[in-house]
Amino acid sequence: MGLVGETVDSIKSIKIRQLLTQAVTLGMIVTSALIIWKALMCVTGTESPVVVVLSGSMEPGFKRGDILFLTMTKDPIRTGEIVVFNVDGRDIPIVHRAIKVHERENTGHVDVLTKGDNNDVDDIGLYADGQFWLHRHHIMGRAVGFLPYVGWVTIIMSEKPIIKYILIGALGLLVITSKD
Amino acid sequence: MHSFGYRANALLTFSVTALAFICAIASFSDKFSNQNPSAEIQILNINRLKKQSYGNDEVSLTLDISADLQSLFTWNTKQVFAFVAAEYETPMNSLNQVSLWDAIIPDKEHAKFRIQTSNKYRFIDQGHNLRGKEFNLTLHWHVMPKTGKMFADKIVMPGYSLPDAYK
Repeated sequence: MGLVGETVDSIKSIKIRQLLTQAVTLGMIVTSALIIWKALMCVTGTESPVVVVLSGSMEPGFKRGDILFLTMTKDPIRTGEIVVFNVDGRDIPIVHRAIKVHERENTGHVDVLTKGDNNDVDDIGLYADGQFWLHRHHIMGRAVGFLPYVGWVTIIMSEKPIIKYILIGALGLLVITSKD
Repeated sequence: MHSFGYRANALLTFSVTALAFICAIASFSDKFSNQNPSAEIQILNINRLKKQSYGNDEVSLTLDISADLQSLFTWNTKQVFAFVAAEYETPMNSLNQVSLWDAIIPDKEHAKFRIQTSNKYRFIDQGHNLRGKEFNLTLHWHVMPKTGKMFADKIVMPGYSLPDAYK
């Protein structure tokens, strides 16, 4: 009787230890991903160091589904730079090129007009009502590098959330069933 | 240890890492290209210099732009975005940059060109400072790679000026 009790106890304890180890491992994976993301934000100086191109307004340079790497430095904004900006009241960031820059003498205040390479008209129609220029605080970053096609994963996951759940479910299953 | 899941996972991880490595090397190889682009811009005609109804000056001009950007193309180049901007200073603004014309150059054959065109985008000042104004014309280019780091540079051509009176 004592032997059976001991065996049952040891089995139970192994299970708990294993479960805890797996939970800690999962937590480590998630937090290290978060650490990398936050470190990227610090290094590049912008809140979104990586964005996915959602529209075709910069074709043929950037197609839908491409990934852009952004940085934001204190350097002044100049024409030709590809900037990412948020319009007041909308949360989707837009990636277009600056075509006009007017910088004030002493304050460093700057008026910027942007246009998508593939668009026929500049972005005045996209700005808020009564707004004719972008200012520095609208601009979240400058594009410095790019990877093609990789962003399709994000687009598919946001347009068909089912795929997101399937992926997370499969990953979770893999972690749970792994024996080490 | 040899289940389908493990094998798929290992394959995926390895291929993504290898792809990322190859992309980084492709981008790095762009550093070794020797680049010497050249350009020349002439103003053929100042068509109009007028004051708009609510006060800002506007210029319309015709440009003759010739450039040889062939040396910018490497095997990792998808396209080169070239544009001409006018740069000048006014009492209110320490720098004004107005893009007058741009073009997308998709390959090396198209990179040596000469065109005559009126300004594609309106040259409008913030204010009325354009009479007799001296300005630089700059040809900028932005090399967009097939993968990796983008880089941009420019040629500044000083010494252009606008007429002293509205016309």
